[in-house]
Amino acid sequence: MSSSKMKNADEIAITVEFSGGLEMLFSNERKHSLSIPANDQGGSRSNIASLVRYLCQNTMKDPRKDLFVLDGTVRPGILVLINDADWELEGEDKYEIKSGDNILFVSTLHGG
Amino acid sequence: MPPAPCALCKTNRALILRPKDHSKLCKSCFISVFETEIHHTITTNTLFYRGERIAIGASGGKDSTVLASVLKTLNERYDYGVELILLSIDEGIKGYRDDSLETVKRNAKQYDMPLTILGYDELYGWTMDQVVEQVGKKGNCTYCGVFRRQALDRGAARLGVRHVVTGHNADDVAETVLMNLLRGDLPRLSRTTSIVTSTPSAVSSDPNSHTNIKRSKPLKYAYEKEIVLYAHHKNLDYFSTECIYSPEAFRGSARALIKNLERVRPSAILDVVRSGEDMAKLVPGSDVSCERTCSSATPAAEEEGGCGSSNGRTAGGEMANMELQLAQNDVAAEAGLEVEITSSHITSSQLEEHTVKAVQAANGKNGRKKKGLAITPRKNPKQVMGQCKRCGYLSSQEICKACVLLEGLNKNRPKNSIEVDYEVQEKENGVVQCVTNGLTRVHITGD
Repeated sequence: MSSSKMKNADEIAITVEFSGGLEMLFSNERKHSLSIPANDQGGSRSNIASLVRYLCQNTMKDPRKDLFVLDGTVRPGILVLINDADWELEGEDKYEIKSGDNILFVSTLHGG
Repeated sequence: MPPAPCALCKTNRALILRPKDHSKLCKSCFISVFETEIHHTITTNTLFYRGERIAIGASGGKDSTVLASVLKTLNERYDYGVELILLSIDEGIKGYRDDSLETVKRNAKQYDMPLTILGYDELYGWTMDQVVEQVGKKGNCTYCGVFRRQALDRGAARLGVRHVVTGHNADDVAETVLMNLLRGDLPRLSRTTSIVTSTPSAVSSDPNSHTNIKRSKPLKYAYEKEIVLYAHHKNLDYFSTECIYSPEAFRGSARALIKNLERVRPSAILDVVRSGEDMAKLVPGSDVSCERTCSSATPAAEEEGGCGSSNGRTAGGEMANMELQLAQNDVAAEAGLEVEITSSHITSSQLEEHTVKAVQAANGKNGRKKKGLAITPRKNPKQVMGQCKRCGYLSSQEICKACVLLEGLNKNRPKNSIEVDYEVQEKENGVVQCVTNGLTRVHITGD
C-alpha cells in the first residue's frame, strides 16, 4: 500500500487492463492507470512477475487471488498481452516493464 | 527479446504465438490464417450446402461471437450462399443472461443478422430463476442443460432452420474427451468428438419437427486462446460472465488440466482432440452412436451452445449431467430400452460387453444392467427411438427428460428430490412419487 502512495522518480507509469471476465476481480474496472515501483524488493527491475505480485497486493480487492494467480504465476488460461504482443514472445514473466507499457490480462476461462 | 518478424509476411512485427505450431504471426496474418483454417474445416467436412439456412447458437460470449463474425466473413468471401441467423436462448437468469443478451442484440446489428431470442419461460413455463427457487442451487445445472439442448432445436424448428452451429472450440472438445475418458464412457466420447451430430429423424416425417436438427461445430479445431485473440485483435464486442448459479465453476478439474497441459505443451489440446477422434473410430457404431440412448434424453452439456458456463466450465453441473446420463443408461438397460446402434458389422454381444464395461467402469457397480442388455434384440433403431408422448421430442423413453423434469417442477417437488440418483429412481417410479411429493407443497407455489 505504501509504495503506491509515494510518488517519486523510482516509479513507472503503466496501463494495466483486464478483460474476458477478469475485470470482475478488479473492482469491475477494465482499465487501470498505475504507477508501480521501478524496482522490486530485491532491487532488480520490475517485471511481469513483480507486477502480478503488486496487483495482488495493491489493486485487487477481491479475496479470490487464486482466480488470477496460481502457483506463483498467472493462472493458466489467462492470456497476457504486452503492448498487444503475446507475453510468450516477450519473455513471459521475466519481461522488464517500461514506462508507458500496456499490459493486458485476458481470461479465456469465462463463458458467455 | 528483440521483436520477431511475422513468419508469413516477414515484415510486420509478430504479436501472436500460435499454440498449435509455435509460429509467430503478425496481427493481419493471424486473422487471415485463423479464418482460412475455419474455412478449411467447413469445406473438408462439408458442413454447409448452398442455400442452407443456418442458426448460430449465440450467447454473446467469445466463442459464439467469433463464430458469427467468422461465418459472416467467410460466407461473403467464399460465397457459401448460406443464410445466417442468430438464435439465443434466454434461460431466465437475472443478472447473468440479461447483459449477454444485450451483447447478442448488438451483434445482430453489427453482423446484420436476424436474431431470435427464445426464453425458457416461453418454452417450458419456467425461468431458471424459478427453477432454482424451487430445487435449490445444487443440481439446477441439470435442468438448465436438458432444457437448453431442446431449446436450440425447438428454436431452430420454429425458424424453419435445420442446422444449428455452436461455438464449441478445441479446448471444449479436448476437455470433453478427457472427461469421458476419465468416466470410461467411450460411446459418449465418440459422439462428442464428431464435428456434426444430428438429432436422428427416426420417427419424424414432419418437416417442422424439432427432432431432426443438424448440429455442427465449425470451431472444433480452433484453440480457445486464438478465439480470444481473434476477438481481441478484431475488436469484437463480446461479453464474459459466469453463471451466477455456478460461480467459480471454471475451476473444473478437466478444464484446469487442459489449461495446465497447454502451458507446458500447447499442441496437447489438438492432440487430445485427435486422440479422441481416433478412439471414437474404435467405438462400435461411432458416428451413429448418437442414436443410442442419448439423443434426446441426454443433458448433453458438451453440445450446448450458448452457455459458456455449462460449456465445460461447470464442473459440478457437467459431472452431474454425466452421472445422470450413466444412471439413465442403467435405467434404459434395465427396462430393456437400450437403443441399438445401426452399425451393421458389430455384433450385439460386442456392444453389450463394451457397454456393460463402460458403465461398470464408471459406476463401480456390477451386474445391474446385464438383464436389460441381454434381451436387447438387434433391430432397426426406428422401432426403438420413439417420440416423447408429451412434447414429441425424440426420446428413447416414453417421456423425454425435459418433460420428466418439468413434471417434477410442476408438481412442486421438495428440495431433496434433486439428488441425481434419486431423481432417476424417481423417474423410474413414475408419476406416483412426484404426485406424493407434490402434495406437501402444492399450495405454496402455484404455477
